[in-house]
Amino acid sequence: MGMPLVVEEVCSETVDTEPAIRTDALVRRFGPTSAVDGIDLVVRCGEIYGFLGPNGAGKSTLIRMLCTLLRPSAGRAVVAGHDVVAEPNEVRLRIGVALQEAALDNAQTGRELLALQGRLYGLGRDSVRRRVDEVLDLVSIGAAIDRRIGTYSGGMKRRLDLAAALVHRPELVFLDEPTTGLDPESRARVWSEVARLNRELGITIFLTTQYLEEADALAHRVGIISNGKLVAEGTPDHLKRSIGADLVVARVSGHDPAVLDRLKELQGVQMVSRVDDALLIAASDGPASVLPVASLLYASALQVDSLTLRSPTLDDVFAELTGSHIEVAGAR
Amino acid sequence: MAVAAHAVLGRRTGFLHDLATVAGRALRAVPREPTAVIPAVLVPAFFYTTNLGALEKVARYAVGFSYKAFLVPMAIAFAVTGMSRAPALVTDVQSGYFDRLCMTPVRRLALLLGLMAADMAVIIVLCLPVLAVGFAVGVRFVTGVPGVLTFIGLSALWGLAFTGIPYAVALKTGSPAAVNASFVIFFPAFFLSDAIMPRQALTGWFAAIATYNPVTYVINALRALIVTGWDARVLLEGLAALTGIGLVSMSAALLALRGRVAQQS
Repeated sequence: MGMPLVVEEVCSETVDTEPAIRTDALVRRFGPTSAVDGIDLVVRCGEIYGFLGPNGAGKSTLIRMLCTLLRPSAGRAVVAGHDVVAEPNEVRLRIGVALQEAALDNAQTGRELLALQGRLYGLGRDSVRRRVDEVLDLVSIGAAIDRRIGTYSGGMKRRLDLAAALVHRPELVFLDEPTTGLDPESRARVWSEVARLNRELGITIFLTTQYLEEADALAHRVGIISNGKLVAEGTPDHLKRSIGADLVVARVSGHDPAVLDRLKELQGVQMVSRVDDALLIAASDGPASVLPVASLLYASALQVDSLTLRSPTLDDVFAELTGSHIEVAGAR
Repeated sequence: MAVAAHAVLGRRTGFLHDLATVAGRALRAVPREPTAVIPAVLVPAFFYTTNLGALEKVARYAVGFSYKAFLVPMAIAFAVTGMSRAPALVTDVQSGYFDRLCMTPVRRLALLLGLMAADMAVIIVLCLPVLAVGFAVGVRFVTGVPGVLTFIGLSALWGLAFTGIPYAVALKTGSPAAVNASFVIFFPAFFLSDAIMPRQALTGWFAAIATYNPVTYVINALRALIVTGWDARVLLEGLAALTGIGLVSMSAALLALRGRVAQQS
């Protein structure tokens, strides 16, 4: 895999502050395996950066390094202006983190947990009380805040986890797969709260996800990771447009190596790739390309099971770059 | 895209603040988990009454004084040994809450010592029902109220000295079963001492082991406060034994903590 695909757009605002996150050739090895393999990343202050990749791609390892929970094997990471290895406590003071699987203490009430979090960050008694009330305005937990966390639903735990990450008013929040395992309604609530935090408080948010819609809906920019490497980066729209305006997807069976080359020669076809049993044909004008594509396929040795015209998704970007899909069975 | 325009509130605090915060959380959890404390009252009461019932007449000749008084340190040992928040620490490790704590600026050492400080407070409270049982059956301290307070202090140190072991196991393994099993270490250390019979009544290999067993000296120091008075040598031997046990268990716990956070920045 070569250099990552970088799709830049002109930023509508000039943000002349130091990046919220900068990594240079960041590596984390576990034995002979590099879970994160030389990632260079810049996340600007005030943006929501979505880190997208399948299970095992290295998302959580990267986030654990940025949150000071895991020491990098090589390279450098500067978070909120401080080196994660040289000044971990300065980093910890400035970040809030909600890791995968809400990390909470079921024996405490929600309010106790938030208050404890505040005290651990050195907030005084009055500040703790005020901040707990403020974060409870941001994430809707309601009267359940005075119940034991063990009685909470999965969605409430995630929202409490998010609230705990905000008590000390961090400038940067890390969310590691914040909606994995949640039902659609809970997921939508978390999305709206994350967007609100960014919009109303200007908090920079770095979120990892394996859900394409999540990255699409929330992130200003997306980085796509595969096998520990950053393979593409840009705004969701630009990344999708990078593989073509429309996508003709043909589910096929059989084998005909020559068909890919013949499809590429069709007028308006920008790119052709095969991922498992699907042929992805990116075209500048999808409706105009459907008929020639269908004719060519039916004349080939392949058996066509279905033919669909749709807009490209981030999964198509991932598939184009890596030859596999982000979303795996059971991920939803 | 918005840019944050607010001041971060977090700030580093002193070690004692961290310690008190961690200990406070641990203490709040104690009354919510009575099953963690009730055995520490019932088990010593059971051993005290059964040993008294089975051995009092026999032991009277070997002990030379009230066997009821002789057995009180045994009961205290059962009450305070293994009383720790190590199982809760395992739960924190397994649930990821320990990681959450590690992502705050809290000092790593306070995460362990705060739990131990809470344990000491619980142990002091646990001494009271055991002593109450002793007083109820007629046991009196020849050293008076200062002796009772010293007895409670030594008992708290005993509990603290042993508590490093379950914490070491909790941090090293993250396994509740392993933490529960760590209590087994206490049994040979306890029963191969003169906790139940005086040393002069022990013979052969058992007597030899009891002589070199530090638990013997801790038990003797506690017992002296009840039946023989302020014996500086016995008390110092007890303190030295506690120090030795404590050094070993605390070193193990600190090494395990270091191992647990070694991968962090």
